[in-house]
Amino acid sequence: MVFYVLAAITVGSAAVVVLARSLIYSAFSLLFTFFGVAGLYVLLGADFLAATQLLVYVGGILVLLLFGVMLTHKIYDLDLRSEVTQFVPGLIVSAGLFLIIVLTALRTEWRVGPGRPPEPTTAEIGKLFMGPYLLPFEAASILLLVALMGAAMIVRRRRDA
Amino acid sequence: MIGLHHYLVLSAALFSLGVLGVLTRRNAVNVLMGIELILNSANVNLVAFSRYGTGNLQGQMFAVFVIVVAAAEVAVALAIVLTLYRLRRTPNLDDADMLRG
Repeated sequence: MVFYVLAAITVGSAAVVVLARSLIYSAFSLLFTFFGVAGLYVLLGADFLAATQLLVYVGGILVLLLFGVMLTHKIYDLDLRSEVTQFVPGLIVSAGLFLIIVLTALRTEWRVGPGRPPEPTTAEIGKLFMGPYLLPFEAASILLLVALMGAAMIVRRRRDA
Repeated sequence: MIGLHHYLVLSAALFSLGVLGVLTRRNAVNVLMGIELILNSANVNLVAFSRYGTGNLQGQMFAVFVIVVAAAEVAVALAIVLTLYRLRRTPNLDDADMLRG
């Protein structure tokens, strides 16, 4: 029951993100999509990921996207319309993709195991990060550093250009 | 009883909505929102397989890395969009045709 409520929130607000005329409406209904996905993580027993979803997506990425919306429009440009182009071909392609994915997912015999992941996941994930996943962890931190420096370099105003 | 299939269908719906957003919007920030939807749907799949399939934390570890890459991606992409806006005074992707011969 809880699953269906969360699924309705997630998919409904995702549809508003895609179909809304106004960019502000899109950004704010993306907030509800992220909250719905975080609720799904809680339902799946992934408590650390739910907290990370809220911190990174809602606290970071959504704020960045709102900055993007505000900075790429003139302040007095109040309606912030986003034009839609080639809607019917896009709808055909995405509906076809949805059908293909759903048919494949329902027809495949997934190997469902009896085991469940340990339920407070935070300590276990920390041990995995410091153990078998140490190299990807360091690579991800270097990727974040490079991305932040690259973003700062790209938006910098060049004095001599 | 909610099983693996429910989550797979839900993430398929999220994925195709994201693809629809990427294909039909002209505003670059809106296209970025579609990409975020796609990444979220992949994450839902990974966590669902971690819960129902393997029974260990591998899928959740992958989802953490997907979130990291999404954060890096959105920072760089917004920098590019802002630079495009400074050059062309428009966030529309159709106007970014400076490389066309």
